[in-house]
Amino acid sequence: MASVEIRNLRKKFGSVWAVDGVDLTIRDGEFLVLLGPSGCGKTTLLRSIAGLERPSAGEILIGGQRVDEDVPPRHRGIAMVFQSYALYPHRTVFENIAFPLRAAHAPRRNIEEKVRWAAGVFGISAYLDRYPRQLSGGERQRVALCRALVRDPKVLLLDEPLANLDAKLRNTARDELKRFQRQIGTTTVYVTHDQIEAMGLGDRVAIMDRGKVRQLGTPQRVYEDPDDTFVATFVGQPPMNLLRLCDGAGPPGTLLGFRPEHFLPRAVLRAAEDARSFRFHVRRVEYLGSDRYLYGTLPDQCDPSPTFIAKLPATIGTPVLEGEAYEFAVPVRALCYFDSTSGLRRRG
Amino acid sequence: MTRRTLRRLLGRATLYAAAAALTAFAGFPFYWMLVTAFKQNRDLYVGASDLRHVPWVFNQSPTLDHVRLLLHGTEFPHWILNTLLIVAVVIAVTVALAVPAGYSLARLAGRWGERLGIAIFLTYLIPPTLLFIPFSRLVSLLGLQNSWGSLILIYPTLTIPFCTWLVMGFMRSVPWDIEEQAMIDGYSRLAVILKVVPRLIVPGILSVVVFAFTLVMQEFVYALTFISSVEKMTVSLGVPIALVRGDVYHWGALMAAALVTSVPIAIVYNLFLDRFIESFTMGAVKG
Amino acid sequence: MTRREPADPPASAQPALLARGTLADRGELLGGLMLAPALAYVALLAGIPFLLAIALSFSDATAGSLRFGWAGLRNYAAILSDPVFRRALWNTIVVTVGSQALVIVLATAAAQVFRASFPGKRVARFVLLLPWAVPVSLAAIAWEWIFDSTFSVINWTLKAAGLLHGWLYWLGEPTLALLAVIIVQAWRIFPFATVIVLAGLTSIPQEILEAATVDGAGFWRRLFQIELPLLLPVTSVAVLFGTVYTATDLGVVYVLTGGGPANSTHVLPTLAFQRGILGADLGQGAAIAVFLLPLLLVVAILMLRLARHTEVGVR
Ligand SMILES: Nc1ncnc2c1ncn2[C@@H]1O[C@H](COP(=O)(O)OP(=O)(O)OP(=O)(O)O)[C@@H](O)[C@H]1O
Ligand SMILES: [Mg+2]
Repeated sequence: MASVEIRNLRKKFGSVWAVDGVDLTIRDGEFLVLLGPSGCGKTTLLRSIAGLERPSAGEILIGGQRVDEDVPPRHRGIAMVFQSYALYPHRTVFENIAFPLRAAHAPRRNIEEKVRWAAGVFGISAYLDRYPRQLSGGERQRVALCRALVRDPKVLLLDEPLANLDAKLRNTARDELKRFQRQIGTTTVYVTHDQIEAMGLGDRVAIMDRGKVRQLGTPQRVYEDPDDTFVATFVGQPPMNLLRLCDGAGPPGTLLGFRPEHFLPRAVLRAAEDARSFRFHVRRVEYLGSDRYLYGTLPDQCDPSPTFIAKLPATIGTPVLEGEAYEFAVPVRALCYFDSTSGLRRRG
Repeated sequence: MTRRTLRRLLGRATLYAAAAALTAFAGFPFYWMLVTAFKQNRDLYVGASDLRHVPWVFNQSPTLDHVRLLLHGTEFPHWILNTLLIVAVVIAVTVALAVPAGYSLARLAGRWGERLGIAIFLTYLIPPTLLFIPFSRLVSLLGLQNSWGSLILIYPTLTIPFCTWLVMGFMRSVPWDIEEQAMIDGYSRLAVILKVVPRLIVPGILSVVVFAFTLVMQEFVYALTFISSVEKMTVSLGVPIALVRGDVYHWGALMAAALVTSVPIAIVYNLFLDRFIESFTMGAVKG
Repeated sequence: MTRREPADPPASAQPALLARGTLADRGELLGGLMLAPALAYVALLAGIPFLLAIALSFSDATAGSLRFGWAGLRNYAAILSDPVFRRALWNTIVVTVGSQALVIVLATAAAQVFRASFPGKRVARFVLLLPWAVPVSLAAIAWEWIFDSTFSVINWTLKAAGLLHGWLYWLGEPTLALLAVIIVQAWRIFPFATVIVLAGLTSIPQEILEAATVDGAGFWRRLFQIELPLLLPVTSVAVLFGTVYTATDLGVVYVLTGGGPANSTHVLPTLAFQRGILGADLGQGAAIAVFLLPLLLVVAILMLRLARHTEVGVR
């Protein structure tokens, strides 16, 4: 077990800064998720921690020791699972799992024992004699995890390990992964661009954009209390509504943000609830079973053109017709204010 | 019949005609080798102005005389052996030098890899016909005139540039993740290169072997320049230069020699064609 | 960025030290070591002779002695005033341009044919590629027999078809001999060009062609307005290689005509061989060969440009 500390890390490819000044501390035993859109530098950051990429500037510390300069990957005490799983195609599952132990010259008896134990934990004991090509995607993923964990890494690095699985398998695999991590308590850094994975798995989530960490916090904090408009619109499906204010209610250049699920018919809210009301002209209703999505505009605002979304759970039966306008409202405690030029949150 | 089916039929017919014409043009000399190699002399040496004698077919029963002459009455078997010996050594040298270099350019050389790779590739364009004169100087300085040593020394300058490029292109098409995984699993770079890479690079090595093989089999200029005694010649030199008895061309034997040498080369070459083409186009047209 | 997480506990005071890397972990070092032998070999045995070729062209070196005297531009003056050289230079240009023009036509046609599927295609493709794989000198000797002055099967066929009334002395008459050389060079290079163009053809996204068809473009319009422009970079690669192979080739002319009759069909490589090796005048031979350099230079530059542009061009 170890903490990982990243200080002002930068990495340049050609003329692009793939990682552009990241400060991040991953606590001992924590499950940290790096979440961000494609190309934001998640993989590069992860590979820098692993030592596969040499940073252009900055420091990386594992367990308090500086590693970025001259500790090669094999001595960093890390394990990594690639998106492709990178199983050695010409070795059996057993040999794949045993590989890190053999590379570390572990005693023969130990290897046998550990491999069987780990295979048991991951439920792949039956496949030990097979070759990777004879396994399904989910089984390969478990072999890769198993190989990563046999030699008790201090830090486990995972780069979109579920991306190659189908949707159903991904759900169970996610659940298993979280259970294993709890059980062994290894510090884990997990890269994904799927926010459901990120929210479901992470003790904390780091939201990245264009090489920078925009916000670091628990899934709940990141969702409910975004630091800027990028985080606000990237996390959450459908994304947070952003309304440009120009009625003098706030300082000039203020954006008002509210989540679709807080944007409800006024009548649904308790009368005493302190809420901000809008006239909502519904253009289209999307019925999704558990929810209804309402797409429409706010005709009374200074810029009536942008589309806003309201998400009504099935428990709210209020009839809504396309083409009609209704009175909707957002509880004041669910409103966020942002600066429209910097995108940063205005608090207080 | 509608106009559309008519047009389609016409298109089909044009396609077959064009395919047949192009194939015939490409294959005609080989057909001619085949016919000549097995014709009796009486059938072979009939002047072309005699229109009653059709040269395209066997007018008399085929014969193995020319093949027999080639195998027993000439140095041809020797030449084959010479060539194979030289090929083996050149392949060994090429693999030993070009494979590590290609790997290094693809994986280790970083920013410089691309430029160095192109520079090495461009030396492939320097033709033997520009270098044979300085080489003749060099060869006589080293006292290698009229010996296989000269060819063994020089042929790798033909094979290494292209083969380095070939291996580099091949390694670029192999994902890095296996090698990186091994580094994370506890191998050093060196251990990865020694223990993991050899398995990954086998197809690349095979294409290097084939390319070096065909290149050496085809080479003519250096052999012509440096080898003067008949018993030391290679096939591609001996057949056109020394398979002449006195002043008489034994066309039957000549064509038999050309045929038995070229067809195996062509077969081997064909197996690896796609890889070579990818290299020639500098990786620009991968599918 | 505001971080409002509780302060992290300080890292444990005395971490177990992680081992540092050894020489075996230094990628650049290993890379250099793996590259060095090949680089040295090529530099020593291609780079130095290349410079030596240029140096020799300014010297009076002969094969007989190891003397190496400065001759200034005397070799160049000698060959430039030599009609045989000028003829050879001209022949080189004619053969190269002529054969490559043929190659473009043949390769474009062949690529169109071989992208379609038809029974026997595999065999046809193998036959098509034979000329490229066969050693030049063996191909040339086969063609010499085909062009033989008495037994030429071409003459027989032309006569039998009623197209020829006199007699064609293919290798005995300068114009016909050059034509023969052009035919053989085109025959040798076009299969190679075909496969390259074919590779380019398969890399044109099928949707582009389908879109053109939907837009109402027929075969010819598709060919000339969409495929050929898209194929230009690949075709250029093929032609550039073809140019180098043809202009610097010694085998075909050497075997077919030996430069004759009366030195009328020499190309630069054969003349360089005759003067430099057979005539033992290394200086003059080198000077003749050096005339290939401008051509190679142009090709190399075009190659570099293409290498930069094709990626965008074809995809
Ligand atoms: N080896 C490389 N050479 C050049 N540019 C690179 C290299 N690796 C990454 N990049 C660039 O750096 C940026 C960040 O890439 P990275 O792979 O870290 O993104 P990512 O967040 O992992 O994206 P994804 O979710 O698509 O995997 C991208 O713009 C990418 O093009
Ligand atoms: Mg990634």
